[in-house]
Amino acid sequence: MSSMNAVKQQAPSGWIEIGALDDIPRQGARVVRANGGDIAVFRTLEDEVFALRDRCPHKGGPLSQGIVHGRKVACPLHDWKIDLDTGMAVAPDEGCAARFPVRVEAGRIWLALMPGEGESGD
Amino acid sequence: MKEKLVLIGNGMAGIRTVEELLKLAPDKYAITVFGAEPLPNYNRILLSPVLAGEKQFGDIVLNDDAWYTSNGITLHKGKEIVKIDRVRRKVMAADGTEEPYDRLILATGSNPFVIPVPGKELAGVVTFRDMHDIERMLAAAKSHKHAVVIGGGLLGLEAANGLMKQGMAVTIVHLLDTLMEKQLDKPAAAFLKRSLEERGLTFLMPAQTEAILGDTQVRAVRFKDGTEIAADLVVMAVGIRPNFTLARSAGIHCDRGIVVNDTLQTYDPRIYAVGECVQHRGQTYGLVAPLFEQAKVCANHLAELGFARYEGSVTSTKLKVTGIDLFSAGEFQGGEGCEEIVLKDAGRGVYKKVVLKDDRVQGAVMYGDTMDGSWYFQLMREGTDVANLRDKLLFGQAHLGDSGHGDIKTRVAGMPDETEICGCNGVCKGTIVQAITEKKLFTLEEVRAHTKASSSCGSCTGLVEALLASTLGGDYSTTPKKKPLCPCTEHSHDEIRAAIREQKLKSIRAVMDMLAWKTPDGCNKCRPALNFYLLVAWPGEYVDDNQSRFINERVHANIQKDGTYSVVPRIWGGETTPAELRALAEIAEKYEVPTVHITGGQRIDFLGVPKETLPAMWGDLSRAGFVSGHAYGKAIRTVKTCVGKNWCRFGTQDSTTMGIQLERMAWGSWTPHKFKLAVSGCPRNCAEATIKDFGVVCVDSGYELHVGGNGGVKVRATDFLCAVKTPEEVLEYCAAFLQVYREEARYLERTAPWVERVGLAYVKSRVVEDEVGRKALAQRFRHSQVFAQVDPWAERAKGADQHEFIPIAQIA
Repeated sequence: MSSMNAVKQQAPSGWIEIGALDDIPRQGARVVRANGGDIAVFRTLEDEVFALRDRCPHKGGPLSQGIVHGRKVACPLHDWKIDLDTGMAVAPDEGCAARFPVRVEAGRIWLALMPGEGESGD
Repeated sequence: MKEKLVLIGNGMAGIRTVEELLKLAPDKYAITVFGAEPLPNYNRILLSPVLAGEKQFGDIVLNDDAWYTSNGITLHKGKEIVKIDRVRRKVMAADGTEEPYDRLILATGSNPFVIPVPGKELAGVVTFRDMHDIERMLAAAKSHKHAVVIGGGLLGLEAANGLMKQGMAVTIVHLLDTLMEKQLDKPAAAFLKRSLEERGLTFLMPAQTEAILGDTQVRAVRFKDGTEIAADLVVMAVGIRPNFTLARSAGIHCDRGIVVNDTLQTYDPRIYAVGECVQHRGQTYGLVAPLFEQAKVCANHLAELGFARYEGSVTSTKLKVTGIDLFSAGEFQGGEGCEEIVLKDAGRGVYKKVVLKDDRVQGAVMYGDTMDGSWYFQLMREGTDVANLRDKLLFGQAHLGDSGHGDIKTRVAGMPDETEICGCNGVCKGTIVQAITEKKLFTLEEVRAHTKASSSCGSCTGLVEALLASTLGGDYSTTPKKKPLCPCTEHSHDEIRAAIREQKLKSIRAVMDMLAWKTPDGCNKCRPALNFYLLVAWPGEYVDDNQSRFINERVHANIQKDGTYSVVPRIWGGETTPAELRALAEIAEKYEVPTVHITGGQRIDFLGVPKETLPAMWGDLSRAGFVSGHAYGKAIRTVKTCVGKNWCRFGTQDSTTMGIQLERMAWGSWTPHKFKLAVSGCPRNCAEATIKDFGVVCVDSGYELHVGGNGGVKVRATDFLCAVKTPEEVLEYCAAFLQVYREEARYLERTAPWVERVGLAYVKSRVVEDEVGRKALAQRFRHSQVFAQVDPWAERAKGADQHEFIPIAQIA
């Protein structure tokens, strides 16, 4: 049984260890609770890890609950496809979920809370 | 070094092939395109609206020069290829330009047929094929009065209509006494002729042209019987011939067209051919939809994927004359063993004929009211058994018990722009039309992707197809004969299921590998379908793949718009006790459930439960004796009952106990779509059993069984399956029906459309008439239930799948 990891914001690097890669199922996602709002951390079939604001740009659906396929997730509310790499809605839909820097080292996942360039964190 | 791909022909088929190829393998080839016309790639279908002054050339351009540049394609406009050197593998243009190739696509289209009569070369005699022809006709219309169009087919009538709109007096000359004889029967052609005459066209038919008269400029046309009519412009529109001169001169085998195989390769495997110049399995095509199907397959082969096959197209036709509704498809003339259902209303100008053989639609021809053309076409392609629809067939799809949209009589073309077409996604007609024209959409799938119309419940699909047809002007309207499950594969639902069974494929990975999936791990359309098919095929053996389930089935609760969940405990047969209600009340209060609602299936629904709370709440429900109600799944939902003879003065049987027994037997089973049941204690039918997937109506002598009903978007009353005498029989028939539905319906196909597709007679043959088969089906259902009847809530309350319910981390 896994349990929730309580972690503190770590300065000055900004990187936070949120858990193990294996805490997230392949083709799945987990949520990180943060003050600014939930962040969805995805793991693809190929073990790539991506992090996006857990809000679909369409109607705010929780992307963490969608089906992960390739490098995309399908929003569970209205089936928008969001590109995990860029946070952009797959054309012809238009919109963007903020990205967060994330990396995996020795099986541990590290997340930074500053959203990717050019996007707002909300 | 990239391989060199050369395309001869800058038309719709060739460029569509390049577009499909760029989607599959954008970097594989260095592409060069030669076009004989000095113009960019344009939509040839829309030349008639240009002639009629309804559109400008700019409106029909498909790809401008910038598109070629940005895709790295070299375009030679106005250069006609005159020679293919297959030994040195290069092509030569009339101006001496040479280009080597590794692979070559011929998309040389077709030539208009010019009847060999004296005077055919006079100035003022034109064909109707390309933009140059249109320009000549428009110029003639400015200064001259009399036009003669030779040919009363699709092309000729569109040309005549356009010229009339430009102010000319137009006479149509046709060899036969039936207009558009390839698409219409005599009555429909007569309606069309009358309507065109009312608009001001003159017909001369049957009439055979003998000569075109004049010195240098055309002056008149003379016929076999000696009569003459004045003409300043003569349009030859008697047909098209595949253009294979170039291919033949290069020694490539041609017959009536360039002969190709199922991967669109000619007899020289480096050389492909697509479009109107092609002859495939003895057929040539002049409509756009088959060309697009060919383009897809050809691109697939060029990308070295090689699993797509072109197996020919079924086509339908519409005439692109504004205000005239005409539809034709398939074997509309009838013949040996065929029956015709005909509606003819001369006053309203409506004619419809549907040709049936063995209760399957073979063809249809319609005039005046073509709303249901796409529906007949679909019935035809799918080979649907229409025995039960026969009496309503001609009144259209809207008359098949369609409560929500029952009054779609207005033709879609006449609707105002604000009319909502897609109720689910709130898409209006104007939005769809704008997307079709501005984004140059051709297919239903494209409209779905861009506008979302028809992408949810699908009930407006017919309307959207009609809009596509009326906006594009028409003959777009085929979709492939075989519908792939999703864009990740070329295979249909049925093919995939057969492969799972026959090849003993026991995991999603195995299916994707064996059937050459185009994506690494599928998508959210195919994975849930595969998961279901595997589950049904290998009960007890296949391990359910949670990551291939929609969120509701993954966490066993129904996601709501705000991301919270709803919880619906099972209440067997809808009968409960004060103790159960007290327990439910206490749980609702303990978890501060914001809304408690009674559902249509006689259940209690707790709404607004946060995900993290679900396992704990389920633990409490479990201890109070409740199991999951599966209100979130493509699964057995509810059995609704009335109180029956225990209380009701009209009751004939114990409907409540019957319902509880059914629910105890069936709960936990996964089905292609949601599955609802009901048992009514008498024919007054208070439990509404006749709009359920499986309904039981108790009568004095036993139980009437009904199948294939549903409420929802498209209300459908059940079909009567049979009557049985005992509760044991009810259970056995129900289990057998469920199992044949689970084994054979497509994923996300409810019983109503499934029964309509395969026919009630088929369902009866499996469930009623074949006793041995029925018992085997019921046995297979009960066997699968051994593994399915595990309460998912109790498992999760004990800690299963905990990662689904709690965050991975909390950042302070």
